[in-house]
Amino acid sequence: MTMRGKFDYDLKTLRQKLLEIGSLAEIALSQSIEAFQAKNVDQALGVIERDSQIDMLEEEINDFAILLIAKQQPVAIDLRRIIVAIKIATDIERIADFAVNIAKATIRIGEQPFVMEIEKIVRMHNIALEMVSLGLKAYYEEDVALARKISDMDDEVDELYGQIMRDLMQLTKMNQENFSQMNLLSLIARYIERTADHATNLAEHVVYLVKGRHYDLNG
Amino acid sequence: MELTIVKKQNAAAPKVQKEKDVVYRTNELNLWYGEHHALKNVNLDIYENEVTAIIGPSGCGKSTYIKTLNRMIELVPNVRTSGEITYRGRNIFDKSYRVEELRTQVGMVFQKPNPFPKSIYDNVAYGPRIHGIRDKKILDEIVEKSLRGAALWDEVKDRLHENAYGLSGGQQQRLCIARCLAIEPDVILMDEPTSALDPISTLKVEELIQELKENYSIIIVTHNMQQAARISDKTAFFLNGEVVEYAETDQLFSTPSDKRTEDYITGRFG
Repeated sequence: MTMRGKFDYDLKTLRQKLLEIGSLAEIALSQSIEAFQAKNVDQALGVIERDSQIDMLEEEINDFAILLIAKQQPVAIDLRRIIVAIKIATDIERIADFAVNIAKATIRIGEQPFVMEIEKIVRMHNIALEMVSLGLKAYYEEDVALARKISDMDDEVDELYGQIMRDLMQLTKMNQENFSQMNLLSLIARYIERTADHATNLAEHVVYLVKGRHYDLNG
Repeated sequence: MELTIVKKQNAAAPKVQKEKDVVYRTNELNLWYGEHHALKNVNLDIYENEVTAIIGPSGCGKSTYIKTLNRMIELVPNVRTSGEITYRGRNIFDKSYRVEELRTQVGMVFQKPNPFPKSIYDNVAYGPRIHGIRDKKILDEIVEKSLRGAALWDEVKDRLHENAYGLSGGQQQRLCIARCLAIEPDVILMDEPTSALDPISTLKVEELIQELKENYSIIIVTHNMQQAARISDKTAFFLNGEVVEYAETDQLFSTPSDKRTEDYITGRFG
């Protein structure tokens, strides 16, 4: 294999590893909300346990990327591919941490009946999950138009987050009893909102990868 | 879907920079070696107190171009040129422009160190002596100043009268730079000045280039792209006798605008 051929192969491997960590994070996210909806403590525990796999994969990606920089001294698009891989791995690792946070909150809610309809939280979660999936697809296909779509979806998430917080505020005025669950629900909504922000980061990284300049899709 | 993206505001205020003077202006330069068209419609402005790197694969015309700047190219038989190169506003191809006059302003350092088989002192004093300086005190001053300027003084001050061939390759190259500085040029041309040096000597010459640009304008041909990226302010990419891209080095090595530049700097050909 030529030097360039080996480098191209390594870049492909790097991309493959990112898709791997990405799909693990997607699974963690969707299982965390399933566990929350079904109050399934075992499933929530599973999400927490499997997080170490994602942490390890993130480290592996970073080590591999650093080695590539050291050995190949990349420039231009090659360098952006590697830097963006490091950044995306960081965002995905955070996203997986939010899934863990949701799982922990689920365990603390336990068997208690919900104090409010959770439909908006689930809807918000589904959008955030879709954003993560599209972010990974945009990365894989280097699709800037798709990246832009993600930032539109983030506006929906922010809107729903505002509604949920207002609902919870109303609820605390009327219902003094289950304050701790309300607090946990607001935290879960917050985790999902942050997940969507990190998915928007993925989109920004994709635009940077393709265009070579920074754009603020959150703006 | 129409893609409209809001560009992020750059946090740093735009740098206010003094307009730099153009040292060399190349206008529609063509050059032929016999039938071979070696430089094609080259247009290039080279600025004062900057390091301008010239990169490109072998045979792309980069060495031809740099040798045109001090008219060394005239030594090659059957060379023809059209277009013009002005140095400080004056056409260097003009009949009235004496080549010696041009080369007093424009020094050159070559790929292989080429000291004269003389003492270190005499190597540096050679140019000034040719220009008629005989006063020992003045020559001493020039030699010290030039050797200091080439970051070599401390290493050789106790053996100035030893033969230059006793120096290491890296030291010899810095001696050649000192020899060049002794005639107080305006521009220094460097044709792959570190390709025969080990990494440490290379680094020393690179550091020296950074210091020298405070007082000189430097044009360097290099095969080492990382070197161009490290030390130059602007980079010109030559291919098949044409300037494919000429831009700020930071831009050329991060977001080149021409696909051929991108392919070259990322090692896809060349």
